[in-house]
Amino acid sequence: MKITAVAAFTAVATVSGGLAASAQSYEGATIDYVIPFSESGGSAQWANFFAPLIGQALPGAPTVVVRYRPGAGSTEGANWFQGEQDSNDGLLIFGDSGSTKFPYLLGDPRVRYQYQDWTPILASATGGVVYLPPDLGERFDGDMDDLKDEIYLYGSQGATTLDLVPLLAFKMLGLQVDPVFGVEGRGDGRLMFERGEANIDYQTSSAYIANVQPLVDGGLAVPIFTWGALDETGTIVRDPTFPDMPTFKEVCEATEGCETSGTAWDAWKAFFVAGFANQKTIFLPQSAPQEVVDTYIAALNDVVSAEGFQAKAEEVLGAYPQLVGPAAVEATEQATNISDEAKQYVLDWLKEDYGVTME
Amino acid sequence: MDFSVAMGELVEAFVLIFQPVQLAYLFGGVLLGLSIGVLPGLGGIAGLALVLPFMYGMDPVAGLALMVGLIAVIPTSDTFSSVLLGIPGSSASQATVLDGFPLAKQGHAARALSAAFASSLFGGLFGAVILSFFILIARPLILAFGLPEMLMITILGMSMVAILAGRVPLKGVVAAGTGIMAGTIGAAPAGGSLRMSTYDFPYIVDGLQLVIVGLGIYAVPEIVSLLRQDRPIAEGGTLGDGWVQGVKDWWDNKWLSVRCAVIGVLVGVIPGLGGSVVDWIAYGSAVQTAKDRSMFGQGDIRGVIAPESSNNAKEGGGLVPTLIFGIPGSGSMAIFLGGLALLNLSPGPQMVRNNLDITYTIVWSLALANVFGAGLCILLSKYIAKLTTIRFTILAPYLFMMIAFAAFQSRQSPLDLAALILIGIIGILLRRFDFSRPAFLIGFVLSQQSEIFVNQAFQIAGARFRRSFENGLDYILSPITIVLLILTVVSIVVGIKASKNIRENIDAPTGSKMAPAIFLGVVTVYLLISVIDAFGVSRLQDKVFPLTVGLVTLAGAVLLLIRMWRTPETDDVFIDLEEGAEGEAPHGLWSTLAWFGLLLGLTFLFGLIIAQIGFMMGFFLTRGRFGLTRAAVATAIGIAFIMGLASILGRDFPPGLLQAYVDLPWPLH
Repeated sequence: MKITAVAAFTAVATVSGGLAASAQSYEGATIDYVIPFSESGGSAQWANFFAPLIGQALPGAPTVVVRYRPGAGSTEGANWFQGEQDSNDGLLIFGDSGSTKFPYLLGDPRVRYQYQDWTPILASATGGVVYLPPDLGERFDGDMDDLKDEIYLYGSQGATTLDLVPLLAFKMLGLQVDPVFGVEGRGDGRLMFERGEANIDYQTSSAYIANVQPLVDGGLAVPIFTWGALDETGTIVRDPTFPDMPTFKEVCEATEGCETSGTAWDAWKAFFVAGFANQKTIFLPQSAPQEVVDTYIAALNDVVSAEGFQAKAEEVLGAYPQLVGPAAVEATEQATNISDEAKQYVLDWLKEDYGVTME
Repeated sequence: MDFSVAMGELVEAFVLIFQPVQLAYLFGGVLLGLSIGVLPGLGGIAGLALVLPFMYGMDPVAGLALMVGLIAVIPTSDTFSSVLLGIPGSSASQATVLDGFPLAKQGHAARALSAAFASSLFGGLFGAVILSFFILIARPLILAFGLPEMLMITILGMSMVAILAGRVPLKGVVAAGTGIMAGTIGAAPAGGSLRMSTYDFPYIVDGLQLVIVGLGIYAVPEIVSLLRQDRPIAEGGTLGDGWVQGVKDWWDNKWLSVRCAVIGVLVGVIPGLGGSVVDWIAYGSAVQTAKDRSMFGQGDIRGVIAPESSNNAKEGGGLVPTLIFGIPGSGSMAIFLGGLALLNLSPGPQMVRNNLDITYTIVWSLALANVFGAGLCILLSKYIAKLTTIRFTILAPYLFMMIAFAAFQSRQSPLDLAALILIGIIGILLRRFDFSRPAFLIGFVLSQQSEIFVNQAFQIAGARFRRSFENGLDYILSPITIVLLILTVVSIVVGIKASKNIRENIDAPTGSKMAPAIFLGVVTVYLLISVIDAFGVSRLQDKVFPLTVGLVTLAGAVLLLIRMWRTPETDDVFIDLEEGAEGEAPHGLWSTLAWFGLLLGLTFLFGLIIAQIGFMMGFFLTRGRFGLTRAAVATAIGIAFIMGLASILGRDFPPGLLQAYVDLPWPLH
């Protein structure tokens, strides 16, 4: 496969290419950091966090400007980037998100981009926590067996958004969940939960800490599990931010009828990796010379290993690893490959349960 | 929380903000916000995106001061374009146009502006005061507003159509319904089914953008109409009474201002509604409670005071859910939240609890920014109002350049310009045949949120009813929904009575049956196609709303057609402004519009900047009757301005066919 070749090449080159990197200088240059989203989303926040840091770390301290190309659920901006693959001067980087990877995985007809063409240089992870109202939460004892008779309402942004991960997880656990579609952001879903209109919800880690932890402390919500995190070998382990909470994998194993192997599990895991474990990735275009790739990787390594970075990143991005270079390539490969079987399983489920088709 | 503790924190926050550096940032934010707000079509989102890259690592109080200063004054300064040019500066000042622009035409621009700024100042301060106390206790109130309640507020906003429907109420219904249908174009919010669109034409899948519809419906028709007259906006070209009168007007209507500020805060506090209903509800309430309604729509100062008092108050209210729930109430609030994260502040209950002093610097920033902003605007209003005495033909190319640039920001595709002109033509025709443009816009603005709230409330109510009948009834018939329902009914009844007096156009010339009938016929065919299209959507949730609204609107259109068939050509249903004074203007409608078509065509060929140079030169030489040197200078000023703006904002210009073949440097690429 092409992507493995790129991965191997990058890996080798990173080891040997340290010297070449220093020759490159971006003094006085402006680097466009394009994201396929508007100014008002999580991706804008992520990009604006990294942009000045990358600018300072690159030789010659260029200005990194975040540019927004929203449209068609981020596929328009990604299609645009696909058309810019011969820009090889290192002045263009592109940041995607789970919302860019999902349509790709599902074979959305709007997708004209090919992940294996792009060179990943940084991958950012995030996590999430599922929680229940107190009356249901007290019936949770490590498995969902006692909670299956309830009818759940869940405020959802749409079945093909990042909510695909929780919806599929709920289905695998055998819960009857009615998603209330059309919620604008996870914050609105949480508000629906706080108003008592929804009775199951999840939040990404940083939003959970800021807004759900106070509810938990006040006895208004009970966390039940996290999505988990990936270790170096690609295995799901406990989320480093919430080491005391079980993962979905553990709860699934303990729950009757939920399998952590087979087609459904493979499908869930593929989307979990694309949506959370490698949610956001920075890419260089295909034609970027090795020298440029190495310069960026060196700069990003400087950024993430700088003193105090972890503390600063925790507030904005959560306490998750920022994978650079070969690790980002590996993570992107995991996040953008899905077996035909697993893909078909998801497509069938979307059509059957929600009437959503990809045509 | 104890109020005395809170007062202590408030004083502490005052000390934090009253430092030279912090005040400098606040003032910088105010100046930036004023400059961006003045430009039609650009608002808080563009401004905040501009400062966001600098937030990281900044002192939190200074960063907050910069952002809050910027947000707070945008609803103040966007009044300039609403009043002076008839172009809503942002969605929160759409209603200001209704009376503000007629006042400017009558030469009362300075009066209207200063009344607006005095109202803005009051509303902003009121919002800040409410924010400081409310933030401690608002949680239960906000949580009491579930989906049925939000749906009812949206419907209350929609009921303002009744007031603005115009001479023939049915026309208002058709205009609003067509606006709603325009809002359903693209992927459905719930299930993503496509309506009146196809993946083969990706541009339309995201639907029409509010910025483009707002500019198209208001700005393009106004610019074209003024251009045809070839004279200044203020009839007679002189300014009447000055800014002192405006402040007096505000004082005379202070209770109206208080009431509208309360409306602004309340609507702002409820997350999910956004600012787009608040000005209409305020305007509607001003009309409904007024004794003499005869001047509304033709330059009643109360029609300016009401929306302007509410839209600044809304910002204070809007910060409440943003800060205590971490939920953005609007696009600019979403970026504000992003900025807070970059300042290492995470909004939520614990921010109010643990960082109350920092939180209260927001209150102070808001209050001070409103004082700075409104103060500056009042001082400047006398000079800026002079714009209305300049021959409009000289202003128009700059204006069109500005709105083309603003429209292009929404998707960064040359198709943004095509959409702007297409919707502009619809706006021109709605205006020409006396279909209420505000009604169309209200329908469009509230379309998506109505659909979402209807679907979601229906689904949740269904689940409740399955549990038990009482449980379901409790959910949909809360005391709040009942009160809102009564308000809506009152509003419709009073509105229909009042609507006879509120006219966008004073004269009602009629001519032949032909032109109005063709327009209505085209609208009817469009509605029919939309209904058939909605019928073909397979997902029930995505189908119900456009199908229902489409059928109702179609019925309205058919009834109008029947009325056209049965009445003589002097009936109000045949109003055609081209038959009146409009038709006698020195320049024709279509030849004026052709200039914009030319700009569009040139842009598709050569990209915006080259097109703009050609367009401006040509326009100044022929329509402006300038000499070659003067035209070149005038063009250079415009191009320099737009390039400066784009480089500050870090934006590109629409490329054309040329750019696909030749690699050109910025700004031409």
